[in-house]
Formats: sequence, C-alpha cells, structure tokens
Amino acid sequence: MRRLARVFTHHPRLSLTATLGAPVMWLLVVYVGSLLLLVVTAFFKLDTTTQKPTSELTLDNINVAFTTSAFAWTVIRSIGVALSVTLLCLVIALPMAFYIAKVAKPWARRGLVVAVLLPLWGGYLVKGYAWRAMFSPGSEFSASGGGGVLDSTIGWTPGFGQTALVITLAYQWLPYMVLPIYAGLDRLPASLLDASADLGGRPLRTFRSIIGPMIVPSIAAGSIFTFSLSLGDYIMPNIVGGKTQLIGNLIARTLLAPNQPLAAAFTLWPILIIVVYLATMSRLKAFDNL
Amino acid sequence: MRTSRKIGAIGLSLVIVLAACGSDDSSDSTADSTATSDAASSTDAPAGTDAPTGTEAPGGDPTAAPTELGEGEGELNIIAWAGYAEDGSTDPAVDWVTPFEEATGCQVNVKTGNSSDEMVQLMQTGEYDGVSASGDATTRLIAGGEVAPVNTDLIPNYADVFEGLKLQPWNSVDGVAYGVPQGRGLNLLTYNTELYTTAPDSWSEMFEPSSAAAGSVSVYDNAIYIADAALYLMATQPDLGITNPYALDQAQFDAAIELLTQQKDLVSQYWGSFTDQQAGLEDGSVLAGTTWQFIVNLALANGAKIDAIKPTEGATGWSDTWMISSQAKNPNCMYLWMDHIISPDANAQVAEWFGEAPSNALSCDLTADPEHCSTYHAEDEDYWTDVWYWETATEECLDGRTDVACVPYTEWVNAWSKLRS
Repeated sequence: MRRLARVFTHHPRLSLTATLGAPVMWLLVVYVGSLLLLVVTAFFKLDTTTQKPTSELTLDNINVAFTTSAFAWTVIRSIGVALSVTLLCLVIALPMAFYIAKVAKPWARRGLVVAVLLPLWGGYLVKGYAWRAMFSPGSEFSASGGGGVLDSTIGWTPGFGQTALVITLAYQWLPYMVLPIYAGLDRLPASLLDASADLGGRPLRTFRSIIGPMIVPSIAAGSIFTFSLSLGDYIMPNIVGGKTQLIGNLIARTLLAPNQPLAAAFTLWPILIIVVYLATMSRLKAFDNL
Repeated sequence: MRTSRKIGAIGLSLVIVLAACGSDDSSDSTADSTATSDAASSTDAPAGTDAPTGTEAPGGDPTAAPTELGEGEGELNIIAWAGYAEDGSTDPAVDWVTPFEEATGCQVNVKTGNSSDEMVQLMQTGEYDGVSASGDATTRLIAGGEVAPVNTDLIPNYADVFEGLKLQPWNSVDGVAYGVPQGRGLNLLTYNTELYTTAPDSWSEMFEPSSAAAGSVSVYDNAIYIADAALYLMATQPDLGITNPYALDQAQFDAAIELLTQQKDLVSQYWGSFTDQQAGLEDGSVLAGTTWQFIVNLALANGAKIDAIKPTEGATGWSDTWMISSQAKNPNCMYLWMDHIISPDANAQVAEWFGEAPSNALSCDLTADPEHCSTYHAEDEDYWTDVWYWETATEECLDGRTDVACVPYTEWVNAWSKLRS
C-alpha cells in the first residue's frame, strides 16, 4: 500500500490519470457510447407486428424524419420557440444582472443572487402547473367561477399556446441567463464605466462600446442553457402549450409508439441543431466563461 | 519511457473502472441470487422452470406456464393504468396495494402507463413483472413474446370471472389464457353541464364546427383515437362502408384523418396524461372531450361541473387484462397479484374507483354503491354491442375483408404524429 502511494507521489501524471480515468471512461462509454447507439438505431427497420427493431438496415426512418414537411415545420417551430425564449430571457436578465452587479449595495448582492436562484429549487412540474393556473383562459364554466390569475386580475390572457409556452419556458430558465451575465458584469471593473462617463460617454454609448462587447461571451454562455433546455423540452408544451408541439414531443410520442428507430432518426434533428448552435457560440467565446 | 508510463496509467485506470463495475455487479448479483434462489425453490417441479423466462416463441404451448407456485420474491414491478394500483397516496381511503403487500410480503412498485403504446414500450424493456394491458396492447405483447401464458389453475379467483370475458381473442391464443381479465369500460363523451343544459347525445359535439363547445374540445392524444373518428364516420357516412373502426382500408383511413384534421380547429388541447384532462375540466377550458370515468370522478370531486355519457353512435372502449412478463423476475409475486387484483374485494374497489365494469361476478355484491354493477352494465351484454374495444389494426383486415389491405397500426402512429405536428 505504502509502495503504491510512493509510486503515485513520484509520478504526478500517473495519479492524475488514475483519478480522472474512471470518470473519463464513464463519459466515453455512457455518454458518447449511447449517443452513437442512438445514431445507429436510426438505421434499423421496425418489425411492424412486434414493434421492435430488427437487424435489417434501412434509410426509410431518416427519410421520413428529414423530408416530411409536417415534421420539418415542427423543427422550425421548436427553433423559433427556443430562440424566442432565449431573447426574452436576455431582455429580462440584462437589467436584472446589471442592477445586481453594479447598482445594488454589496451587502444586498448575495441576497439578490439567492433570490434569482430560488425558483430553481421549486419543482419544475409545480412551476408548470402554476403557469397553467396563470394562463387559463377566462371561462364562465370553471369550477372556481372564473378564468386564470391573469384573466381575473388584468382581464387578458394569451390562453394556452405558443405565447404561453414561451413565457413559461423563459420563466423556467431565466436564472441560467442571469447568473452568467451577472458573473461577467461582476468582473467588469467599475473604473471602466467611470472612465467612459468622464470622457463624456452617455449611458447608452457606454453600454454599446464598453459593457456590450465585454459581456457577449457571458450572454452566449447563458443562451446555450436557455436555447438547449427549451429545444429539448416536451413537458411544458403539454401543460401550457395547448396544441403546440415541439420536436421533443414528436420524439417522445414516436418512442412510446413504440417506434425506436424512427424516434432515433428524429433525435438527429436536435443533435444537429445543438452542434451548429454550440459552434456559433464558441466563436463568440462562450466557453471561455464557463 | 513516457509512453510506457502513459500505458501504465491507462492500465491502472482500466483496473479502477473494472473494479467499480465489479462492485456494481456484485451488488446486483446479490439481489439476483436471492431472486434466483427463490425461483429455483419455487420451480423444483421440472415443468415449471421455463415459465418465467422461457416463453419467447409467440403463442407458446400451455406447458410453459408454471404448474405450482413458490414463495413470493418480496418485490413486484408492474405497469398499470392510472387508478388501477392505488396504494393510498391519491386518497388514503383508496388502497388495495398495502393489504396485498402485508399479506404476501411482495413490495409493489407501480409505473403508470398513459397509453397502450407506452405500455408496450415499457414491457419491451423486460424490467417489469406484469402489466394491465388493454386489447390493443395485449395482441402486440403476445406477438412480440413479451408476455407468457398463464396457468389459471394457480389463480383461484379466476373461477369467478364472467365467462364472457374469458379466453377472448385479445387475452388468449388457441384456448390458452395469457392473463386474467380486470374489467372493461368505454371512452365517454364528457361535457360541461353549465354549457350543455340538456345533455348532448352525439360525438358531433367533438367533430362538427357547429358544436357548442367549438374551440374548447379536448381529445385523447394517441393514434388509437383515429378509431373514434372512424366510429363517428360509421354512423354519419355509411357509404364509406366502415364496419369495424379498427379495420380501415386506405380510403376509409384517409376519411378519418380528414375528419380529424377538420376537428383540429375545434380543439383546445390534446391530453396525453389524465392530469391534463382533469385540469382542463376543472378550470373550464375544456367544455367537451373524450374521457375515462376515472377522470370525471376526480374532477367532480374537485367541483368541476361536468357529466359524461355514451353517445348514440356507440363508443370505443377497452377490456383490460393483467398479464405476466415472459421475463418476469418475480413470477410468484405476479401470480399472487393477479389473484389479488381479481379477488372480489379488490376487483370491486378498482371497478368503483376507476369507474368500470368489474370482471369478477362476486365483486358486484361488494361494491360500496350496491347499484355499481348495473350502472356500469357489468352483466348486460347488450350494452356492449356498440362498444368497440381497443384493438391493434393490422394489414390483414380485422373485419374479415380479404379483397383489400387495411392500414396497419404503425401507419396510424405516423399519421397521428403528422396530424399533431
């Protein structure tokens, strides 16, 4: 035992490998391995009687998944929803993060950061059904005698659908946007803002020339969370989305059909989209910030 | 020198990985060994050894079912429709799982299935001991070798099951039972009683633009719902010649899809999980829809102003069967469960809680509502003549036509996915 310890002390590289080896292997086998299996599954033919994949190979699944216009629209809608959620999160998160990092008194910052994080500790489904109660369209027929919270307070609600879905998802993922931007702003020396003001820069100009360029990587990092989490969501569409379907719903529906090969073919869509998105974000130096 | 060091490092990390896997394996194998030793003790009789694991060939011979039961394995993993295996967590007074656990020592883990498709998918994983399958799942499960024949002699309560439910096409092969009947019911038309002061009597409320509930219709989100459209066409467009909503040739199928596309404008939500339908009925956003009695009961308890009926066109429905997995790790507990769940006492409780007709004739004397069996037409075969139990559409038409090919269920699924996209 002691000899083994000595070997590790004298060979730091060896001890590093021993420490990281298992997790790396785990990542390779479980994560990359299962992804590869997924891709391979897309090429198997389905036995229509037993609904299990056979060993026969076919391109039909890929064909159906990538050339059917109805499914292509679902993909486009999913990207649209994910981008809208990201944009909405950004618009809300920017002033929030700026206030917390630069305006709030130092003693209040910690409390505000906790307040931003707090919703993450609540159940995802609980928040979903809470928003359902908010958006519920006005109806004289409800058990409680009125519409949802929005309808009974401000007299208007978007009802269940794409708008409600975007708002709900933006609420769910907002902290993932606020925190990276806050961290980016926190690193930004206050003296730069002062210097800009001293040189006659108005707030808008300061934001455009100083703050903006410096927090682009933070925004990109936050958007990776909001975009990918929205793109993959298939629970919220059922709760507040009305008839709206995202690519995740299509995959879940096909997997449960059960038609494993076609479901695997559909999953190639989000994989491709995320790869493109990550590549774009990495050009914006998003990963320097994680 | 450096490479050799690297190789050594990789080797060591491999050893660590293997060690980790090894320890996983050993913990698994302890669990397995207790199970197998139980199974071994239960299957001293040579004829019984194949039963839990062996029957892979569809329609296997009856001798593959065990001839005697051993001790319970201490655990049971089942897939059930919502409301079929209540352990008091929904309502403390509604509990027929705990008494079973106390009597047999089989700890029950329930996985709720939201559709027949999902149940087939879950059973394919081989991780469950049994399932409460509707007729459209049972045929697929039998064909896929997912479930095993059942020796009904080992299930004393089977003797009291209504004869009309035994050895039906969806729960047997060549006179060999593939499970025990649980009960039957139908997919009802639910409606808001404030909107409909007189009860509607037709599915047109869900299909026609003239419906009073237009814009607030809720539809079961599953390919099997295509049969509901076909059923409506059976009554409204007789020239299509549909005689069985699960046997649709291409022209009939296209007509059903067209009707469903037209329906989309009336729909406010498609429900996949019963909780979404229940929420819609309670908050008044759903004014008409397809439903199970179970959902109506839950929503009524929360103050929803609704009711449900069987329309004049008839309805789709289900006849459910508890089946044992061909890969069951706890076959003895599953046999004990199948006997328990169709016992008059438990069967009566499920039937009342879910709102269905029980399968055990003796259940009718034990329901809290003495009228339950007559309300749900448990013994009234005439009532069921226009109820079309869920079935799996196959290329070979189920209505016996041989001059055309019917649209198989996998195509139903694709069409439904497209419709919903």
